[in-house]
Amino acid sequence: MSQLPSELKEIVEEFSEVPEAERLELLLEYSRELPALPSRLADHPELFEQVVECQSPLFLVVEVAEDAGHTVSLFFSAPPEAPTTRGFASVLSAGLDGADANSILAVPDDMPQQLGLTRALSPLRMRGMTAMLGRIKRQISEQLAA
Amino acid sequence: MSLPVESNEKYAAYAHPERLVSTSWVAENLGAENLVVLESDEDILLYSTGHVPGALKIDWHTELNDEITRDYVDGEGFAALMAAKGITRESTVVIYGDKSNWWAAYALWVFTLFGHQDVRLMDGGRDKWIAEGRELSTDKPQVEATQYPVIERQDAEIRAFLPEVLAHLGSPLIDVRSTEEYTGERTHMPNYPEEGALRGGHIPSAASVPWAKAAAQDGTFRSREELEAIYLGDAGLKPGDDVVAYCRIGERSSHTWFVLKHLLGFESVRNYDGSWTEWGNAVGVPIVRGEAKGEVPAARGVRA
Repeated sequence: MSQLPSELKEIVEEFSEVPEAERLELLLEYSRELPALPSRLADHPELFEQVVECQSPLFLVVEVAEDAGHTVSLFFSAPPEAPTTRGFASVLSAGLDGADANSILAVPDDMPQQLGLTRALSPLRMRGMTAMLGRIKRQISEQLAA
Repeated sequence: MSLPVESNEKYAAYAHPERLVSTSWVAENLGAENLVVLESDEDILLYSTGHVPGALKIDWHTELNDEITRDYVDGEGFAALMAAKGITRESTVVIYGDKSNWWAAYALWVFTLFGHQDVRLMDGGRDKWIAEGRELSTDKPQVEATQYPVIERQDAEIRAFLPEVLAHLGSPLIDVRSTEEYTGERTHMPNYPEEGALRGGHIPSAASVPWAKAAAQDGTFRSREELEAIYLGDAGLKPGDDVVAYCRIGERSSHTWFVLKHLLGFESVRNYDGSWTEWGNAVGVPIVRGEAKGEVPAARGVRA
């Protein structure tokens, strides 16, 4: 887990420290805390990439800054009737928003498995979260190469 | 004692009106003795964001499926689950859920495997309840555990396994997946990830009737007349047919199973829950690609 940015590492630890039954409660809490979109993005659905692997609509915007560390900003949009998807998005938002591009690229692709939710959630769900992370990393790589 | 059957013109036209209740019926009967309302969703957290007051959650993945074998819980597992939810063999169980009751119908079908007698769907599901501005609660209902007998699961009548589907070839099959899945263009639902089927297409001779055709805009079931136009007209089923329905893992086809069995009154309808994630991976079974239904193969595959 040494590859994880510190904030994401703390979240993974938070999940692994609570009993399995409470992990869903924790995910629900995260789903409530997903930050609202800033107004400059809220009215521009065309700027978002859809994560089609998610079972419910999820859209994301990845912005890589021009600063030395290429600070990454993440924005997610998912409807309230999709709390599991929102919860995943919120974990990535809290764990990765504001991190350096390289530290996000170093996050292992199977990081969602580390949250200890694989028994409670169907394989499709887990793949949705893995896809979210994969798309974030792909967008960062593309923007760095541009 | 079962609760009274809801009587209205729409339901009276169905073969088994006792299998449906409306949102207003539920609102009026909440708290009634012997009534247990269950929410069955695709999204495991949705119930916790607010549910019909007094309703309990039932989860298809963690509670109805066996954790190890690809199968449903057994008689003991089901009895323990029912007891923990305060359900007795005599309870009237009303199930509702997200996405036009797709997962609710799946739960109802599993209840039927155990012969639970009085199990109904709330027409229109969770979305209709919310659209009507009805009360939602985040309270965790207090449940008094009950005794529920251990009933062995009876698969034969309403569940088909792969060898039975092979033997069924030549009799009506309904494929309830999307058109793209049916033709083999994709092996998973639109907007859903690949779910590991090695081959795309459909079972030879299966008619394509995407499950959601049976649902109206508000998530309620279409009228008997409309359903007959879809299944007897377009899909060519005849009254009395022995039908097998399938999808990807058996959840969407539970919705169609409910329509054929309880609303249109087909006596013999089975859900093939192995569905495409089994058929599309099985060695030597016949598959048809494209829009045509395809012929029943003479040899019926090496597995027959």
